[in-house]
Amino acid sequence: MSVPVQASEAADYAIEVEDLAIRYHGKPALSSVTLQVPSHEIFGIIGPANSGKTSFLRAINRMDLMTAGMEVSGSVRVEGRDVRSWRNPYALRQRIGVVFPLPVGLPLSIYDNVALSSRLRGTRKKADLDVIVERCLRRAALWDEVKDRLDSLGSLLSGGQQQRLTIARALSQDPSILLLDEFSIAVDPVTTMRIEEVLAELKSEMTIVLVTNLVQQARRLASRTAFFLTGELVEVTETETMFEGGAQDPRTTAYVEGKFG
Amino acid sequence: MFEATAQNRRNLKVEGLFRLLFLWMTCMLILPVALILGVLIVRGGPAISWEFLFTQPLNNMTAGGILPALVGTVWLVVVALIASVPVGVAAALYLSEYAPDNRLTRAINLAIINLAGVPSIVHALFGLGAFVIFFRFGTSILAASLTLAVMTLPVVIVATRESLQTVPLAFREACWNMGATRWQTIRKIVLPNSISGILTGVILEVSRTSGETAPIMFTGAAFFLPFLPQGVLDQTMAMSLHLFVISTQVPDVPEHMPFGVALVLISMVLAMNGISIAFRVYLRGRKKW
Repeated sequence: MSVPVQASEAADYAIEVEDLAIRYHGKPALSSVTLQVPSHEIFGIIGPANSGKTSFLRAINRMDLMTAGMEVSGSVRVEGRDVRSWRNPYALRQRIGVVFPLPVGLPLSIYDNVALSSRLRGTRKKADLDVIVERCLRRAALWDEVKDRLDSLGSLLSGGQQQRLTIARALSQDPSILLLDEFSIAVDPVTTMRIEEVLAELKSEMTIVLVTNLVQQARRLASRTAFFLTGELVEVTETETMFEGGAQDPRTTAYVEGKFG
Repeated sequence: MFEATAQNRRNLKVEGLFRLLFLWMTCMLILPVALILGVLIVRGGPAISWEFLFTQPLNNMTAGGILPALVGTVWLVVVALIASVPVGVAAALYLSEYAPDNRLTRAINLAIINLAGVPSIVHALFGLGAFVIFFRFGTSILAASLTLAVMTLPVVIVATRESLQTVPLAFREACWNMGATRWQTIRKIVLPNSISGILTGVILEVSRTSGETAPIMFTGAAFFLPFLPQGVLDQTMAMSLHLFVISTQVPDVPEHMPFGVALVLISMVLAMNGISIAFRVYLRGRKKW
């Protein structure tokens, strides 16, 4: 894949968001968000329901184009380039892997689930696909459980397995950014821990934005954490500082200490 | 101890009454269907024979078989299918997968539903004006089938759209998020998981057109033709019109003949429905999510 050449100063940040606002049918969901996500970091986003976390992720990979009534203003730069300057939003989305709250195993075989992205990009050779499928399933810690039944339906796996399948599928895109939206909501604690280990390893290769409803998960994984509340960004702070009482805003401290949300 | 109150007893009585009422209505519904089938089998059954199905009508249609009408109906239905399915499925795909949810789309959807309510005689006159006269197809299988196609189009679109909508949005979102275009998503995920449902709906609806009389009367079906159609620009006989003709227009038709024609016609429709039901049962057996 060809990587567009970028100005060197922008390369430090995988994602730069400036004055981002999102509205659905004119109703604001998120307003005036400005933040930067450095490359090769796990960036946590915490906040109660309806605080705009998912909308934020959708703005990054231009899903506003596929969502009726969703308007985005402000600027979102991915690897130094404004996402709205990509004439081909599909190429942008291929560089960004997404994992959803509820696992979505597509109604295809396990093999086809993981091979789908490569096939969409024109890879046809069985040998190439075999390599990609095995590598991605291994990295998502699913290979040992499914290697003998790659032909069975991905949508019929258990919740935890489907979520790892979704991660394998996202990895098969060979993404430079991975967006995870509350991935552990339908996953048992053991699987959650396994996925967290996977994420910690992936950090060296890609930038990870981790939206989570479990504040302790952000604490375990993220180097910096943003706190979203009712459609606004309260603050972005080093995770350790935030969890040790050093948050800039009292609302953040109250939230991470479990006083509301 | 528990004791039934007066209110409890009243509820029980009302419950029984309503159950009886609904049961009675259901029986009323089954009765005409059973009667139609029963009468047709009893009175039309003796008319059915190889000779009846596979020979030409004789003696001013008072004897012989129904081969030209049978073949003609098959022609009409098949050509109508070929014309309506691609257009209807493509339109449904556009409306369901591409069109923004705005006032225009809603107006189009409303128009489609209304189109399904246009009386068939109006379609017949439209077909006469458009296909027979304006496009110069003459009275032919082509003109008649296109008229039938226009008539079934709304139903094909609605059936297809409903089938497409059974594929969860989450699957589409997952594909879009990995960089698939709408068409790639349709081809890889949406169509493979709805195509059988689409076909089921389409077969069911189009089988109904085999019984339509008015739309083909002006556009391509003939009173009597002693030969089989050779191509789409020929006129043809058709079962439904043949039934009308021998029941009302021709004197001295033996009584069993119209019943026989009706029985064959209804058997064709039921066979098509049977295929589509079998399809659905087969699909239910292999659910994918």
